[in-house]
Amino acid sequence: MTEKNIYLPYLMTVEKITQEAPGVKTLRLKFKDEEDEKNFSFKAGQFAEYSAFGEGECTFCIASSPTRKGYVECTFREAGRVTSALAKLEEGDTMGFRGPYGNTFPIDEWKGKNLLFIAGGIALPPMRCVIWNALDTRENFKDISILYGAKSVADLVYKHELKEWDEMPDVKLVTTVDPGGETPDWKGEVGFVPSVLEKMNPSPENTIAIVCGPPVMIKFTFPVLEKLGFKSENIYTTLENRMKCGVGKCGRCNVGNKYVCKDGPVFSKVELESLPAEY
Amino acid sequence: MERKYISQDSLKTWLSKLNDEGKHIYAPVAKGDKTDFKHIKSVGEISMEHIQTTQSAKAIAFPRTEKLFSYTKNKGDVSLQDYDSSVIPETVVFGLHPCDAAGFRPLSNIFNWGTPDTPFNERMKRTTLIALSCSQCDEACFCTSVNGSPGNTEGSDILLTKIKDGYLVEVVTDKGKELVSKYENLFDAAPEVNKEEFLANVPQKFGLEELQQRISNMFESEVWKQQSARCLGCGACAFVCPTCACFDIQEDNKGSKGSRLRCWDSCGFSLFTVHTSGHNPREVQSQRWRQRLLHKFSYMPERLSVRGCTGCGRCSRACPVDMNIAEHLSSISKLENVEK
Amino acid sequence: MAELNSKVKELFEKDLIDIFIGYEEGTRNPRPYFAYSAQDADNLVFNDKCQGNLAVYLTRKDLVGGKRVGISASYFALKSISQLFDENQLKEDLLIVLGMKEDGSILEFKGLDEIRTYLSEAKAPSKQKDDELLKELSEMSQAERWQFWSDELSKCFKCYACRAACPMCYCTKCIIEVNRPQWIQPWISTQGNMEWQINRVMHMAGRCSDCGSCGAACPIGIPIHLLTHMMTKTVAANFGESNEQGNVLSTFKPDDKENFIL
Repeated sequence: MTEKNIYLPYLMTVEKITQEAPGVKTLRLKFKDEEDEKNFSFKAGQFAEYSAFGEGECTFCIASSPTRKGYVECTFREAGRVTSALAKLEEGDTMGFRGPYGNTFPIDEWKGKNLLFIAGGIALPPMRCVIWNALDTRENFKDISILYGAKSVADLVYKHELKEWDEMPDVKLVTTVDPGGETPDWKGEVGFVPSVLEKMNPSPENTIAIVCGPPVMIKFTFPVLEKLGFKSENIYTTLENRMKCGVGKCGRCNVGNKYVCKDGPVFSKVELESLPAEY
Repeated sequence: MERKYISQDSLKTWLSKLNDEGKHIYAPVAKGDKTDFKHIKSVGEISMEHIQTTQSAKAIAFPRTEKLFSYTKNKGDVSLQDYDSSVIPETVVFGLHPCDAAGFRPLSNIFNWGTPDTPFNERMKRTTLIALSCSQCDEACFCTSVNGSPGNTEGSDILLTKIKDGYLVEVVTDKGKELVSKYENLFDAAPEVNKEEFLANVPQKFGLEELQQRISNMFESEVWKQQSARCLGCGACAFVCPTCACFDIQEDNKGSKGSRLRCWDSCGFSLFTVHTSGHNPREVQSQRWRQRLLHKFSYMPERLSVRGCTGCGRCSRACPVDMNIAEHLSSISKLENVEK
Repeated sequence: MAELNSKVKELFEKDLIDIFIGYEEGTRNPRPYFAYSAQDADNLVFNDKCQGNLAVYLTRKDLVGGKRVGISASYFALKSISQLFDENQLKEDLLIVLGMKEDGSILEFKGLDEIRTYLSEAKAPSKQKDDELLKELSEMSQAERWQFWSDELSKCFKCYACRAACPMCYCTKCIIEVNRPQWIQPWISTQGNMEWQINRVMHMAGRCSDCGSCGAACPIGIPIHLLTHMMTKTVAANFGESNEQGNVLSTFKPDDKENFIL
């Protein structure tokens, strides 16, 4: 055969499993083939197709940072047939990985700027990739702030990393849970992400806002950013649409004439404004 | 382009010889009131009377179900068996019409957008298209409205045109030349004829320019709702279409062995775009109908430099509720108040 | 036909309906049409070339949701409407049904009871051609019959036109789309195609109007309506004609025969 079969996944060993929250797991994957690992590279924002052999594939962003070599991580909630099968894997088991696909956050263009990360629920994983990328190259950026909200304290993912970020002197972390989701000893905020953001009142001056979350959170967060003075060209998000191939052929993920798998998943708010609401 | 002539009898001989060589010949075979491409065993099975086969010839390169690779599981471990192109036979598609042959270009542009698609390309590599000009058409045909014609050579390796007792042979590509040169003695010099005289007269149903000017600027139009009201949301139009390439990926697993399969899918199905959360960006049929037409007439031209329609009219014939695409496109091309 | 046009016009003029489901002239045959005004009513036609079962549109929420609906219904559409009522899919106060008799005359039904009474007395339109085909099939040996259906269903490409055209297939998620567990292979293969058709027909048992729209909708011309036709006959022979006691495969009674349990 003259060309590589784009549907053939890399074989990966599940190296480490972390239970992040009820129903949410992080898998750390290592390439079985050293040659594959050597030739592999990705950038923050890209996604991949993960296989549970016998059940199928599903799509998530790569949750680990490209600055951390030798492995990739994915974090997912057990929801359908494939994620349930992935959740049953044990350390040492084999799974499949195709990628990286899609575009990247323009992190090189953000040098010298403040970064404001806003994430909700299970949408922290795609952002964790770029957060660690920024923290590992900390000298390139000015202030780094993270606002993260989840339904309840139990639903917060990456709890150990939230603690780590909280302890970093040069990171401002605000965590919040939906009203009713707090525990007696909860020290963070209580309230929905958009209102907590308004209270945080970040300056739009020289700042890039990166927003990831469920559609309803994005819908109410954008107007707050606008009110705070953020310009559309300084706001970024990642879109999720149903995908099968990941490479622009299966015909599912397009929003107007833009394909989330090829032109995305990262879009600036300027780009989003030019697209029909098909996501 | 080389032009030759082949008699009716020699054509049969030629196809028989190609068959004897071991080439798989797919040709139109009639059964009841339907004609479809079939792998023929003998030349006698071929039907030349039909106006259009029910299905296009796309399955030659984009089969209904294709094994992308296989795997074997052993406890926690897995081994992979890559796509096997060695089992793909040398194939000749005979008797497809120019609208079908032209359909392979949009297919190829989809499957090779950015990354090459091995299964599609390996099948195309081994396929030669001997197309047949149209001497008749029906009310669903509209190739002339989308820059095609009943004698269009684009996409064909060889194009035959029925002239009286035999066929004018236009050898379009090197692949075509190979099939002809091997049996040179079956062919004669092309007579002086005007090919156009032997072609069907396919009336133009709408102005392509007028359509293109409007269709890319009417995402929010009410027209989609009006046109799609009777659409039932089945996949008949997509599955008979020569250029529709949407697919699903499925898992065929038995015990420790399994395969990953690619199978036909359609943007008309209600669950095509539904997220795991239940959210569906295309919730109602009007949004899915809009996607179908915009994909073909706006997104593909914009992104892949090719239209996703060759005017074969199959979708109109296959539709259980007469969603006549030429009629819908024609009404769009005449819309007023669309920003041009 | 003029009678239909004027009746529907009247319904709009008296502001009794918001939408009327009927047929208009199409490319070769009449096709489904939705009238929204007295003026639109002029476009309505009804003749023996009208295909399909218009009751399929009564469960399409984006089309009729919350609207007062009128419909021209053939004998089979009436049967489907009655069944949809049994399954709590329709609201009586939102529906006006005009029954279209084979001779072209129109029956104005005042409510569901009248439809049921009519159906219990009316004779089903003849299915002579289908009955002949069924007879041919029943005279085949089991092996021949298996071969016949294997050949036919190997052509199926799972476009689900049969499902889409059926008034009783109103599920938002069909059994073929359920993947935990995956009951039926969703890809195209002779075995999976058979699994699909067998499941489709089983789900129709005692619910099917026997309208044949599934077969008429099949773009490949597979006579799948023979399966539902046979099923309808089988159900009628074993359980009697449909009544309000529920569907054959979803109703259980203490005195059900259990002689199939070994």
